[in-house]
Amino acid sequence: MQAAQLDAVFGALSDPTRRAILARLTTGDHTVAELAAPFTMSQPAVSRHLKVLESAGLISRTRRATARLSHLEAAPLRDATEWLARYQAWWDESHGRLDALLARLVADPSASVDSPGPQPTD
Amino acid sequence: MSATAISAPQGIPFIDVRRTFEAPRDLVFRAFTEPDLLIQWLGPGKYEMVIDTYDVRAGGSWRYVHRSADGAEYGFHGVFHGEPSPDGFVQTFEFEGAPGHVALDRLELTELDGLTTVHTHSVYQSVEARDAMIENGMADGMNQGFDRLDLLLNRLVPVA
Repeated sequence: MQAAQLDAVFGALSDPTRRAILARLTTGDHTVAELAAPFTMSQPAVSRHLKVLESAGLISRTRRATARLSHLEAAPLRDATEWLARYQAWWDESHGRLDALLARLVADPSASVDSPGPQPTD
Repeated sequence: MSATAISAPQGIPFIDVRRTFEAPRDLVFRAFTEPDLLIQWLGPGKYEMVIDTYDVRAGGSWRYVHRSADGAEYGFHGVFHGEPSPDGFVQTFEFEGAPGHVALDRLELTELDGLTTVHTHSVYQSVEARDAMIENGMADGMNQGFDRLDLLLNRLVPVA
């Protein structure tokens, strides 16, 4: 995923109204009127939010008869979360091992080097 | 056992990592600064961690290498700034795969009710360098079947 698109995705996600709209679209496609209903804001205001989401690639919009339907596009969201997920996994694994090490140290502070954690054998 | 919270704000070259451990602060500090302890936890378990030097004092330098089973090496080095103490420490951090892109890390250790929270605040020279670090520097090729999309969408659902 390109940095510019990541910026657009995170920028789009930084607004609570837009997150609520995305959450709503997980249940299926909706018109602007349907999406505006839960909010105390005008349809043009909601349309502006939809335009931001569309620019970020988070939704696509199609026309059905006279209504424009908004559709959730999952791929950019998945890319955006995986971007951080790999880094997250790196630390999760390290910190999980640190938890185990600290538990041993709490039990016996002098036992530090007697029971090393798993090491690869190469 | 708690979750590691990571934030990488849009447009600002920071990475913040917060984690709480069930241990007193002095022990956590030892685990972060004593080489014999550090090699037991830092980095993915499938890598062998080799510490060249770990001179924990103001102006002291550190360097370690993560070595994969097929012999690939990922080196990191930096310098401690100010006297490290259980309150925390400041260090530079440079991935040798991207020389010159030096980050400044500040670690703060706070203890409350026997639990110690470690907050690492990393400042990169640019958003691009920060993003490259997240995307490549720590990437270890793990292709676990993350399905974080569901989790994210659950978090997106507004509170009724």
